[in-house]
Amino acid sequence: MSTPDQWPLWEVFVRSKNGLSHKHSGSLHAPDAEMALKNARDVYTRRSEGTSIWVVPSSAIVASAPDEKEVLFAPSDDKVYRHPTFYEIPDEVGHM
Amino acid sequence: MAPTVDLEARFLAYVAAENKVEPKHWMPDAYRKTLVRQISQHAHSEIVGMLPEANWITRAPSLRAKLILLAKVQDEGGHGLYLYSAAETLGTSRDQMIDDLHAGKAKYSSIFNYPTLTWADMGAVGWLVDGAAIQNQVMLCRTSYGPYSRAMVRICKEESFHQRQGYEIMMQLARGTQEQKAMAQDALNRWWWPSLMMFGPSDDQSPNSAQSMAWRIKRKSNDELRQEFIDKTVPQAEFIGLSIPDPDLKWNEERGHYDFGAIDWREFFAVVAGNGPCNTERLEARRKAHAEGAWVREAASAYAAKQAARRQAAAAAPSKSHAA
Amino acid sequence: MKWDTCDPSVQYLLHLGDDALVLGHRLSEWCGHGPILEEDIALSNLALDLVGVARQYYQLAAKRIGGGCTEDHLAYWRSDREFLNHVLVEQPNGDFADTMARQFFFDAFHVLQLEALQHSTDTELAAIARKALKEATYHAQHSADWVVRLGDGTEESRSRMTAALARNFPFVEELFTPAEVDRVAFERGWGPDVASLKATWLELVSEVVAKATLELPSIAHKLLRGKSGIHSESLGFLLAEMQSLPRAYPDATW
Repeated sequence: MSTPDQWPLWEVFVRSKNGLSHKHSGSLHAPDAEMALKNARDVYTRRSEGTSIWVVPSSAIVASAPDEKEVLFAPSDDKVYRHPTFYEIPDEVGHM
Repeated sequence: MAPTVDLEARFLAYVAAENKVEPKHWMPDAYRKTLVRQISQHAHSEIVGMLPEANWITRAPSLRAKLILLAKVQDEGGHGLYLYSAAETLGTSRDQMIDDLHAGKAKYSSIFNYPTLTWADMGAVGWLVDGAAIQNQVMLCRTSYGPYSRAMVRICKEESFHQRQGYEIMMQLARGTQEQKAMAQDALNRWWWPSLMMFGPSDDQSPNSAQSMAWRIKRKSNDELRQEFIDKTVPQAEFIGLSIPDPDLKWNEERGHYDFGAIDWREFFAVVAGNGPCNTERLEARRKAHAEGAWVREAASAYAAKQAARRQAAAAAPSKSHAA
Repeated sequence: MKWDTCDPSVQYLLHLGDDALVLGHRLSEWCGHGPILEEDIALSNLALDLVGVARQYYQLAAKRIGGGCTEDHLAYWRSDREFLNHVLVEQPNGDFADTMARQFFFDAFHVLQLEALQHSTDTELAAIARKALKEATYHAQHSADWVVRLGDGTEESRSRMTAALARNFPFVEELFTPAEVDRVAFERGWGPDVASLKATWLELVSEVVAKATLELPSIAHKLLRGKSGIHSESLGFLLAEMQSLPRAYPDATW
């Protein structure tokens, strides 16, 4: 469970000046969308102007399963992250 | 679902064929654990590594030097951030990693437990410490885990000016007044051996090395990287008229490499164990910043929650605004 | 210092540069100690912008002084009695609320000042101001955002921001009280009449403070003369640290 000072994770997509599309640059933590955008500008575009930035909460991303022929995968689910830290568990359930 | 043994064999073959492992792929638990440990350690090193250099920002002797040093330290913060992000794709959280660092459970590169005593240390750290780090980082651009390798590519692009900045300082000092030259030589004397120790002990002393090589997490051995670093750096020192503090250093024509003196690993292990000159101060500084920042982070979260609630309330009752 | 900095246009450039350098220096003290990594990077960006613009003002001043004078001579070899920054910007960082309150009050003024400087009859100065305005606008947004978040965050952040606004507000009047340096600048058409900026500043600042669910303090203003070289005791320590290395090795080039 998140504590009051934890900021959620956001994925950052940047289209460089004269670029054709937004590319995934990485992620960062921010308390809300406005700060995520500002932080993204500071962290991921420190070296250039005229860029367009998209930020998306990491939890909102839905990713495809890896191609069965190419790689190894266990039975699929469509969550990007399969681990406990990204699941919300109500307090009443206790420690899991 | 295939039995684990088959999966592990297939995984080994997959990485041996130079394929990238991505967050959604199956991976051996040990692979995942090793990566979380290594990437987070790397991230911690960048963050703790900000401190010995940030130490001199307020005393930088020219405005240009001040800007360059500030930009370099800021870059290191950014690199830590990219690496924490890469580690988070493996199922850990930044807060967990930071808690482990502050609790003394996680390690960071021991080189940052040495003090920066003069302006020449800014030169030595950029030239030698960043130089050694770059050696390692270029190799990691080809590491098997996708998010880690992509973070490394990004880092390497930004790293190019760091080492140049350090060497430029050393060069300027070596060509300056007698006192400046002595300052540069003194810094080289203090940072040379710790920089060689950055690559870690010989791989035969390190049980994890072979496994990391098989998984293509690690691409070159510690000794190989250390030798490459020495071969590259000695001529750079000679070029600016500084001497490497190693009486056994000698070019070996047959090997095509420099022979060098024995490293005192007792110092390395003592520093790793927490008894280096600055271990306590470094961790204290990070704990303090984190603790003193808690109310700020909480405030931002609280505000975000309030705004979300206000938006919901506004969306739920749009017609009420017309009621007088 | 052997160069003559008495020329009024040089004095004005030094005043503008000193504000930027001293404030940038203060912000750089946060590097490695910020409340979260993302903000550490943001604060460093602010510092880089400010030290960057200070360099431009000093370089222009040095050019006008001539005789081999450089930006570093001006930054490292003037005493605190020769620095012409507002006393507000030399105040110690305090906690994050203090830093943001100081920043917020200054940024709101800085944007108005730069908007006017874009039209300076000193065209070289105007060019610097035009570029600096983009950055200052971003800074003002950033500091205002934090005043709001801290004011309207938790009980603790609210009480800290209330205290921070109260601590910094007494320094604000100096921004709008012309001293010799900006009086002359206004007469020559180089810069604005700073007193005329106050009403707009108050409007902008009040709007943000209200959004933060706080109030502007009603506290007496301090009698301050930083723009005439009479500073608080903080500047002496700041400069002693900043200038220490070149002064320890006066024959050396850095």
